[in-house]
Amino acid sequence: MSSAMFDLILQATLDTLYMVAISGVISTLLGIPLGVMLYVTRPRQILAMPVLNQTLGIITNIGRSIPFIILMVAIIPFTRMLVGTSIGINAASVPLTIAAIPFVARLIEGALNEISPGLIESAQSMGATPWQIICKVLIPEARGGIITGLTITLVTLVSYSAMAGAVGGGGLGDLGIRYGYNRFNPTIMLITVIILVVMVQGFQSLGDYLVRKTDRK
Amino acid sequence: MIELSNISKTYGSGNNAVYALKEVNLTVPRGTIHGVIGLSGAGKSTLIRCVNLLERPTSGSVVVDGQEMTRLSRAELNQARHRIGMIFQHFNLLTTRTVFDNVALPLELMGEKRRAIKNRVLPLLEMVGLADKAKQYPAQLSGGQKQRVAIARALASKPNVLLCDEATSALDPQTTGSILELLRDINQQLDITILLITHEMEVVKSICHRVSLISAGKLVEDAEVGDFFTAPRTQLGREFLNDFLQLSPPKELIERLSETSGEDTHPVVRLTFSGDTVSTPLISRLARECSVDVSILQAKVESIQERTLGLMIAELLGTPAQTQQAISYLEAHQLQVEVLGHVQRNV
Repeated sequence: MSSAMFDLILQATLDTLYMVAISGVISTLLGIPLGVMLYVTRPRQILAMPVLNQTLGIITNIGRSIPFIILMVAIIPFTRMLVGTSIGINAASVPLTIAAIPFVARLIEGALNEISPGLIESAQSMGATPWQIICKVLIPEARGGIITGLTITLVTLVSYSAMAGAVGGGGLGDLGIRYGYNRFNPTIMLITVIILVVMVQGFQSLGDYLVRKTDRK
Repeated sequence: MIELSNISKTYGSGNNAVYALKEVNLTVPRGTIHGVIGLSGAGKSTLIRCVNLLERPTSGSVVVDGQEMTRLSRAELNQARHRIGMIFQHFNLLTTRTVFDNVALPLELMGEKRRAIKNRVLPLLEMVGLADKAKQYPAQLSGGQKQRVAIARALASKPNVLLCDEATSALDPQTTGSILELLRDINQQLDITILLITHEMEVVKSICHRVSLISAGKLVEDAEVGDFFTAPRTQLGREFLNDFLQLSPPKELIERLSETSGEDTHPVVRLTFSGDTVSTPLISRLARECSVDVSILQAKVESIQERTLGLMIAELLGTPAQTQQAISYLEAHQLQVEVLGHVQRNV
């Protein structure tokens, strides 16, 4: 393999990591609050607001039901407005983030759902405010489930970022399509796939390690 | 200390309304331990949750420590809840916090400083006998230890009232005993008023001063514990007592019992002795003075706090006139006599 090829692969790997990191961080920052909102505004919950809950639920479901490849092209004007272009890794990070937010939110909601209602009740009996319950009970108690959810999100983002490559997003997906598929270079295709596999394994192992480390059950 | 007046709680409305509580009145004076006993679904949980408004009653008033709880704002209610500790059947400890940090939680919620928290938590852990477990996580503790942590946590904010929601129902009998002892100490040494709900007579017998019986959302009986155990006034009360004493005639005898009496039958009676009658040799006098023989089928003496309670199931052997006289004789000596039925003679 020529050193030019090596540089290409290295750059594509870094690009993929960049897209996954940007969209992973932003979707976590926005998805966790949304997931918490989805949970605490349910009927009979600590901040029961049925109308808001239903509205958020519908928005989340819409976000989750649009196929990623369509979302990507559908929000091109929005992407342009935000980053000034519709191609490249910055542009690809926009739809990745948009797609990941509702995904994270539902996983967080599911993690919170695993908490025994008795814990919330006992915090209420101690005079905890809803905000205190969220910060001191819900999020710490659900942290294992939250880490699991974020791991799933990262893995999904790796695969979505490869899809983003197909429309000029850059990264390993882009490399695989252009060199591996369009130029009939099976070596490049294979290397791309191997790197993606290693990356996913890495994220999963890291997630599993963190869950084990924080588990007190 | 706790005063519930005309508390009702309904779920749903109109024709679908379901009463969880119906016009409940309950007063628990300062420093006492009051038990509410009832079967599953009778409304016990709802009742105890109305005291700290985890459940808001549909109507009625809840006064704790002179404060009308139902009229408090959210912030005031949270303040009031600092003065009302609560423990639960399933402990409800945070699994991700150490024992120390679990007990510290209510203090953190009140905004106490780290140092003040430490000074409060360590003596509490000492008191419940878990000082050496401060750095462990709840998963490493036994059920009884978890409940001790929960008790320490409930006491952290220096409450005047402790609510116990089936606090010993998930524990084995021996552990139950030690937790009840701890609750009694807390009541006596810290002068904390305790309201507990339970379905176990043992709990009522061991630590309660007064007991209420709840059935289908209503309080049907309210008595001193000694009175309740010697003479429950309701059928349900008697059923609880009999279950607790495990005193009922042997199965083969029940099958032979008949409602009707005749010349050739003997009555089978349940005798309840309480107070002075326990120490009087009534049975042997009965044999001498009424010429009936007494065949004792089952007998038991229980001490309920400072009172002694004797129970006996016996067959009275004699002619109908003699046995009738014997029953009158026993009743004249302040025994409760319940005729369970009659059996054929010469079996």
